[in-house]
Amino acid sequence: MQSLQKITSKFIPLRIENVDTDQIIPARFLKATTKDGFGKNLFRDWRYENDDESKPKADFVLNQKQYSGEILVAAKNFGCGSSREHAAWSIQDYGFKVVVSSFFADIFKNNALNNGVLPVTVTDAFLQQIFAQGADDTLSVDLEAQTITIDATGATEKFDINSYKKTCMLNGYDDIDYLLNMKPEIEAYEKANQ
Amino acid sequence: MGKTLFEKIWDKHVVKQIEDGPSVVYIDKHFIHEVTSPQAFSGIEKRGAQLFRPQQIVATADHNVPTMHQELPIKDALSKFQVDTLIENCKKHGVELYGLGHKYQGIVHVIGPELGITQPGMTIVCGDSHTSTHGAFGSIAFGIGTSEVEMVFASQCIMQSKPKVMRINIDGALKNGVVSKDIILYIIALISASGATGYFVEYAGSAIRALSMEARMTICNMSIEMGARGGMIAPDQTTFDYIKGRLFAPQGADWDKKLATWKELYTDADAKFDIEINIKAEDIDPMITYGTNPGMGLSVRGTLPTIESFSDATEKQNYEKALKYMGLTAGQSLLGMPVQNVFIGSCTNSRIEDFRLVASIIKGKQKDPNIKTLIVPGSQEVAKQIVAEGLDKIFAAAGVEIRQAGCSACLGMNEDKIPAGEYCISTSNRNFEGRQGAGARTLLASPLTAAAALLTGKITDIRDII
Repeated sequence: MQSLQKITSKFIPLRIENVDTDQIIPARFLKATTKDGFGKNLFRDWRYENDDESKPKADFVLNQKQYSGEILVAAKNFGCGSSREHAAWSIQDYGFKVVVSSFFADIFKNNALNNGVLPVTVTDAFLQQIFAQGADDTLSVDLEAQTITIDATGATEKFDINSYKKTCMLNGYDDIDYLLNMKPEIEAYEKANQ
Repeated sequence: MGKTLFEKIWDKHVVKQIEDGPSVVYIDKHFIHEVTSPQAFSGIEKRGAQLFRPQQIVATADHNVPTMHQELPIKDALSKFQVDTLIENCKKHGVELYGLGHKYQGIVHVIGPELGITQPGMTIVCGDSHTSTHGAFGSIAFGIGTSEVEMVFASQCIMQSKPKVMRINIDGALKNGVVSKDIILYIIALISASGATGYFVEYAGSAIRALSMEARMTICNMSIEMGARGGMIAPDQTTFDYIKGRLFAPQGADWDKKLATWKELYTDADAKFDIEINIKAEDIDPMITYGTNPGMGLSVRGTLPTIESFSDATEKQNYEKALKYMGLTAGQSLLGMPVQNVFIGSCTNSRIEDFRLVASIIKGKQKDPNIKTLIVPGSQEVAKQIVAEGLDKIFAAAGVEIRQAGCSACLGMNEDKIPAGEYCISTSNRNFEGRQGAGARTLLASPLTAAAALLTGKITDIRDII
């Protein structure tokens, strides 16, 4: 897993609530057997007319050239619906390192963390402040300090992450390394609960 | 202080609590399918690790399989490769597979319970968000991502933060024509598609106790549609009677021993929930959704919200986006609106009881000539039972074809899709944009409401025809 400490970047504002994982990556792209190459199909049906890459939808934010960056900012309840981790893979493969929202669905949040994509939960008011910024403005996310800052205004908010997951993210460790080292304890648990 | 049902099972399965971090939770049963497992198998191989407890895993092929001519090779090359990869992975790693053509094959959340694999007090996971279905048996069951599938492969454990607990009490008697699907659609409409995020939900109350296991599964199945980590119902005599005698149910002395522990699985009278919601069963009408998330639902006799009823600008914009996608108008009624498709199936409503309900409505009648149908049993066992009970003849006489088991048009990964712009009354669980095919317009409802539309070609209040 990729580690992440600090990032300052422009952001892509996605002013849509309840973005479900079927929109992030439609089911027809789940036939893959590897984790690679999902980025090109991220938000596929919002991005293109009739699934045609030569016909990008002008009103969709990923197609608007003024917006770019490694931070995606979305309205509340981002990542609801299906547990497909392909959603996190497509966001990561597209080039996002951080997703900001006022509310994340549980499974998506775990999937993002397990793939080195940091979900940052902010208050509704702070989210509106971010959406009010221009396309050239940047956000800074500092995982060690657990802060997100709107650089143009200096407005800052703290965000939550448990210290175990924070350590994993900062160092690029994953849960499986941890669990593989726990085998004796797991075997002892099994014996005691047979 | 007493414990909730959830806490009793959770506490028993915590192997370790990481300080200011998640719990390491032991998993009793792990279901896998072709779509969310291949990267976990390759991940474990890349690490040079072995599957830790392959005998606690059960695999099936469901998401990607055709529902006609399953005896022939799968036509779609990518689907075939994914299903073949599952066969190969299961063989290589010693995992039991009820694959295509096997008599136990079917939707993972249908076969687990019907084979008696799903039992009270268990922790159950699957790389599928509708794993919450198994909670109907008084188990902690929830959907996971592929990295987590790999975790369970590696260690039979998963890292999870302990969720908060919510109880939803539904008391009283349901009105005529109202079934369990209406209860859960009512709850989601009430608390929204994110109303239970961060919570594990226990469903309780006299209306829940009166439900069959199939009906309870329908409710627990859709817990994720309000964001809940999972849903569960305390086991009772209905549960025990359902499990007894099933293929993998405990037998003899083992049954007695297990039964004694299952009877301890209830929420103590003095246990505390973070939130409790009380609902009167008689307030619930047959429900239908009108929008692009399962929280956008109303009584089949209701009218869509007006634009003015939304004060928040983003919410208003989202509602308008949903209306545009669905081709509907704010304030309108849905009753009598023509639909073109009916889908009866999915892990929500594809069990034998669902087919009995539909058969009871269409018996001796003819399908509306303009309706196209996708009628898909949840498993080979359900399909067999349909024939054993003669329900197939009722469907055939009504001009309706029954297909073979799989997830089908719930997510349109195979060829079972709804054409763009057309409406589909669907017994499945999600009405997201494009869920049933690009441009498809999904209206979620109960098997009874779906059966009514099948006969009339329109959105119909089932109570008007029974």
